[in-house]
Amino acid sequence: MADIAFLLLIFWLVTTTIDSDEGVKRQLPPPVPPDMEEQDVKDGDVYNVRTNFRDELLVEKEVLSIDQLKDGAKDFLIATGTGLLHPERPNVELADKNMKYPERQWVRKAELVVLEQSLLAAGQDKRAEKVQEKLKAIELFGGDYRELPGSALISLQTDRNTSYDLYLQVQNELEAAVNELRDELALAKFNESYASLEERYGRTKQESLLDKIKAVRLVYPQRISEAEPRDASQGYY
Amino acid sequence: MGKFKNKKREMGAISTASLPDIVFMLLFFFMVATVLRTEEEMVKVVRPEASEIYKIEKKHLIRYINIGPPQDKRYGTEPVIQLNDQFADVAQIRDWVENERLTLAEAEQTKMWVSMKVDQDTKMGVVTDVKQELRKASALKVLYSANSRERTN
Repeated sequence: MADIAFLLLIFWLVTTTIDSDEGVKRQLPPPVPPDMEEQDVKDGDVYNVRTNFRDELLVEKEVLSIDQLKDGAKDFLIATGTGLLHPERPNVELADKNMKYPERQWVRKAELVVLEQSLLAAGQDKRAEKVQEKLKAIELFGGDYRELPGSALISLQTDRNTSYDLYLQVQNELEAAVNELRDELALAKFNESYASLEERYGRTKQESLLDKIKAVRLVYPQRISEAEPRDASQGYY
Repeated sequence: MGKFKNKKREMGAISTASLPDIVFMLLFFFMVATVLRTEEEMVKVVRPEASEIYKIEKKHLIRYINIGPPQDKRYGTEPVIQLNDQFADVAQIRDWVENERLTLAEAEQTKMWVSMKVDQDTKMGVVTDVKQELRKASALKVLYSANSRERTN
């Protein structure tokens, strides 16, 4: 009996692989229409990450190692506001004195209420909904917050000869930065990590959880953009 | 002193009657925990490690693109693309996406995931080309297949 069972067991061991479908998820940008114009962005609004053929990182004109990247991205993204953890930007020593951070803009309750009324009166329900989401966030945080300007993003440019491993590590660290900030905020405000909020919402579809998730996302949006590929063999940086 | 006895006790043989049960339990564990390989992997893929892991629940929505050096050395050592059971060219990806989309129910066609299983030593050139084709084919939901690890510090 035991022999037969062993044989079966060994057969399964040999023929199967634990094939897990997990990894880093990413939404690719839709194809760029040919007539799109390049947009002007303010200098401080973009966090430039570049990788080269020697698997080195150039972050905001400074050579960084991969384990410094997450903290760098967190400094770039960190949100301030009376309703949040940091009323002011924590004093971080900037390696490059010319480097700038994006200027977050105030989202104030008083202004939003007026805006909501006028949008509703004008029949622009879609835009009014967006405003209502922000109001909800302010209510949940218990104070105003500052949002990232629309043009602020993390830009990633990879050389064709960068290894895939480094590329994925960079993607991973950037996402980790956003996730850590979200976790930190959610833990402080809702006593629950962001990951656990998402997980619970996935199971229960509770409306109140979704509101919290949306609020955290408003403060820390995930904006990682991959630059259009470019043959970097002309002109190494 | 006479209280300590130096008498050796005989140990009975351990009963092996429960052995089949244990082995069967192991067997069932493996049967449940493993997935039978559905397609042959023609390229060698060593998956990179990542901490921000997402797991797709609906497996039937996933289609795979494998990129890596061929298993069979006769095809060379440069990374190649494998779609379904064949080696493929970057130019074939758009047609492949269209075909794979049609295999899904109509309501789910927009929810298709493309899982990229890419060997960690592959150069980004190939991967970028594939990604550009995926964008043109509007297959925008991509999963970079990776093994999970702890977040650093």
